[in-house]
Amino acid sequence: MSEPLLQLEGVHTHIGQYHILHGVDLLVPKGGITVLLGRNGAGKTTTLRTIMGLWHASRGTVRFAGEDITQSSTPDIACAGLAYVPESMGIFSDLTVRENLYLAARSVKKVGEMDEARLEWIFGFFGALKKFWNQPAGTLSGGQKQMVAIARAIVEPRRLLLIDEPTKGLAPAIIQGMIAAFRELKQTETILLVEQNFSFVCALGDSVAVMDGGRIVHSGAMAALADDRDLQHKLLGLSLDAHQ
Amino acid sequence: MTTISQAAPQDSAIPKVRVDMLPLLLVPVLALLMLPLVGSFPTWVTLTVAGLAMGMMVFMMASGLTLIFGLMDVLNFGHGAFVSVGAFTATLVLLPMKSWVEADSVWMNLSVVGLAILLAMLVTGILGWAFERIIIRPVYGLHLKQILITMGGMIVAEQLIHVIWGAEQIPLQLPTTFRGAFIIGDAALEKYRLIAVGVGLTVFVTMFLVLNRTKVGLLIRAGVENGEMVEALGYRIRRLFVGVFMAGSALAGLGGVMWGLYKETLTAAIGGEITVLVFIVIIIGGLGSVGGCFIGAMLVALVANYAGFLAPKVALVSDILLMVTVLLWRPQGLYPVAKR
Repeated sequence: MSEPLLQLEGVHTHIGQYHILHGVDLLVPKGGITVLLGRNGAGKTTTLRTIMGLWHASRGTVRFAGEDITQSSTPDIACAGLAYVPESMGIFSDLTVRENLYLAARSVKKVGEMDEARLEWIFGFFGALKKFWNQPAGTLSGGQKQMVAIARAIVEPRRLLLIDEPTKGLAPAIIQGMIAAFRELKQTETILLVEQNFSFVCALGDSVAVMDGGRIVHSGAMAALADDRDLQHKLLGLSLDAHQ
Repeated sequence: MTTISQAAPQDSAIPKVRVDMLPLLLVPVLALLMLPLVGSFPTWVTLTVAGLAMGMMVFMMASGLTLIFGLMDVLNFGHGAFVSVGAFTATLVLLPMKSWVEADSVWMNLSVVGLAILLAMLVTGILGWAFERIIIRPVYGLHLKQILITMGGMIVAEQLIHVIWGAEQIPLQLPTTFRGAFIIGDAALEKYRLIAVGVGLTVFVTMFLVLNRTKVGLLIRAGVENGEMVEALGYRIRRLFVGVFMAGSALAGLGGVMWGLYKETLTAAIGGEITVLVFIVIIIGGLGSVGGCFIGAMLVALVANYAGFLAPKVALVSDILLMVTVLLWRPQGLYPVAKR
């Protein structure tokens, strides 16, 4: 495994009186897609939010490219090169698609100064965005909103994308397109992907970590987990047949 | 390269942008409906212009508050303090420069009022910065404490005004060239009311341009909807908070100067007295919506003016009746702001 880009060591997170993460140890290598799997309530979203500094770890360390970012503020973490696509997508529905991407492009001072080549690269993945460029993002469909959310994360080069359940609530046809887009994205980007759609991540993941009860209970190659139905059943309580 | 749009042709229909026109029509429709009830066209024109002028002044005071609530989720019941402080700060210019106020020169009158407005906005902006740091910051997210501490802040501010300027009423003379009225046909249009309409429209257009054409403005609008996501994009929303609080306070200061000149008499309670009206306006408009606040201010002022003329007893409760009616129609106000 190459040098980890992101490393979590014994991370505990409390939300109010609730103890959600109980010592998460996670390595995300540079390049490719690392998948974070787990049942509902396992702590996947909390892990991503802790990495982004939206909730701070009460114990343990989060290192990004060797730097300790455990107690850094969210804007500092974002400026260090992490981009976050929350489960709710977090799009600004009153703003147009163009304005959503413009805000994500921190280095751009005027809306007309966005990198055209980069935008064309994004339109290559998400063609619909070009069509709806000047539409308020709130008027788009769920799939299109997800495209806006992911496009916002890649509108400028970032070192790590944290993406939380991008297929949630999407139609199967859109998910197939999303798989193709992620397959191309992972050639250039490092992605930590939280998902519950097992067949989606089987098609994309390079490495995998499985969470349960606020801990990582398994980590290894995605292909190995995809091939081992007993392990899937043990870790995730699922039969892959039901997802195919 | 495979694109999702190719894989999902059902997503390809361009959604139409729905512009919610109904609230925009309320002001002209209300004005036109009142014409036959008022009966006399000149009287109707006078009432309408007076209503619009009052509405613009209320908008100046309310626009900052609605942004502060929308972006920061802060219930600032002390907003009226900035109105009072703004009005009293203006006296520091208008009273010593009385000769400029009394001069029969448009330029001298404009200069002295402009200077008073600048000083008032500067002082209230700085006070807003201090208010946010000292009073608001410890109570972010705690609405009950916000109400208590900001009301307390307003009481303290009023008492400080008594200490500095005394407890007596202070007469504030309207500049000479701002007095009187233009007579058009049989309708009398007071000059100062027209000036108030002009200033109010300038404030509204400026806010509209800033919020729609600048990155800071877009960040404010985005922050009203989802502040956490703005931070996740790498922007420090606390800085936006401070900036918006200062700007909102400065706008209240501007409103205070305009309102004080309109009333021509200042008391320390001038801001507190208008606070209820300001809250009614931002509730009608939709908390956090500048456009809704603008329409709400016009509606409240016009309804108060027409009711005062047609049925003076109804005018006592016209604001509340209007708010109840609007909320029965749109429970989150005319233009509810999307929240995550």
